[in-house]
Amino acid sequence: MAAMHELPVTQEILRIVTDYAQGARVTEIVLVIGDLTSFIDEAIQFYFDQIAPGTVAEGARLVFKRVPIRFRCRSCGTEFTPRQRDWRCPTCQTQGGEVLAGKEFYIESIGVIPQGGKN
Amino acid sequence: MCDTCGCGERTGEVQVTLPTRIPVVEKILNANDAAAEENRDHLRAHGITAINIMASPGAGKTQLLLATIEALKDRVRLGVIEGDTASQIDAERVATTGVPVVQINTGGGCHLDAPMVHRALHALPLDEIELLFIENVGNLICPVAFDLGQDYRVALLSVPEGDDKPYKYPAIFEAVDLVIITKIDLLPYLDFDVSRFEALVRALNPRAPILKLSAKTGEGVASWLAWLEARRGHPQEGSH
Repeated sequence: MAAMHELPVTQEILRIVTDYAQGARVTEIVLVIGDLTSFIDEAIQFYFDQIAPGTVAEGARLVFKRVPIRFRCRSCGTEFTPRQRDWRCPTCQTQGGEVLAGKEFYIESIGVIPQGGKN
Repeated sequence: MCDTCGCGERTGEVQVTLPTRIPVVEKILNANDAAAEENRDHLRAHGITAINIMASPGAGKTQLLLATIEALKDRVRLGVIEGDTASQIDAERVATTGVPVVQINTGGGCHLDAPMVHRALHALPLDEIELLFIENVGNLICPVAFDLGQDYRVALLSVPEGDDKPYKYPAIFEAVDLVIITKIDLLPYLDFDVSRFEALVRALNPRAPILKLSAKTGEGVASWLAWLEARRGHPQEGSH
């Protein structure tokens, strides 16, 4: 099954979400994950489904916002998303660049139904 | 009164059943990062320079560590944290050198994290250590996401693994302070294009030096020792 490291990470997501929800029922969790990180949507979902029952986030929908890798060319400054095995700048062909995006790994927001609301 | 249908419900009570959005914008690894900062402060207070060594299983981390210990132990006070999923084998090999070593077994977990290193630090004689090696769990993917509080991060890539690995595992090569190609004694037998590998690492990370060595023959080990000597007692500011 999934890479092991998503379990502690998913536990951490649940901890943060519980903290922010302050007792409210959580209906949605929006996660932002850069493609340069090793975190896999399916693995987080897999562990979430196992550990969420019995918590305020039971049944919450996970929304994964993937952020593609963006390079800024070190020669000409062009910003581009590299292909799988081809990191050449589309403008000047220089390989790679400074990483502008792709390292994101955070919870953007949660949707909650406040206490006293209908289930 | 409800303006819409006149049902007698106050609108406020209707609205509470609608989901409310709460902005969070919290890094999921914040707790680990905070623990890593504590480790960093703790290590600094003891004048220790810590090196986090990351590589695939079998890339030669322990072999290089043993060669390094052999070369340095008479003039530099060393310490080792060995990360492994289950066994004690590597720690036992290091222990035979007489250098203080602590084994962390992650219980199957694929990387070390900062709280694990924190606990390991308690088991080491910190006042007797100048240079601390943290051998991470063999894995090119996960360890890079977890700051341990080290000063420098080093990635090893062995010749048999192939020169295209930065394409598959860009995050680690982008993040480290030093890249070492190990097992260069095998270069005559394998299609590992050193310049291609160097170009891919440079594409991500122009600042990290790239060293080539064989812990088996000793070739190139001196450049690694020189790199270490230049950093001993010089913790890197803000290294994550």
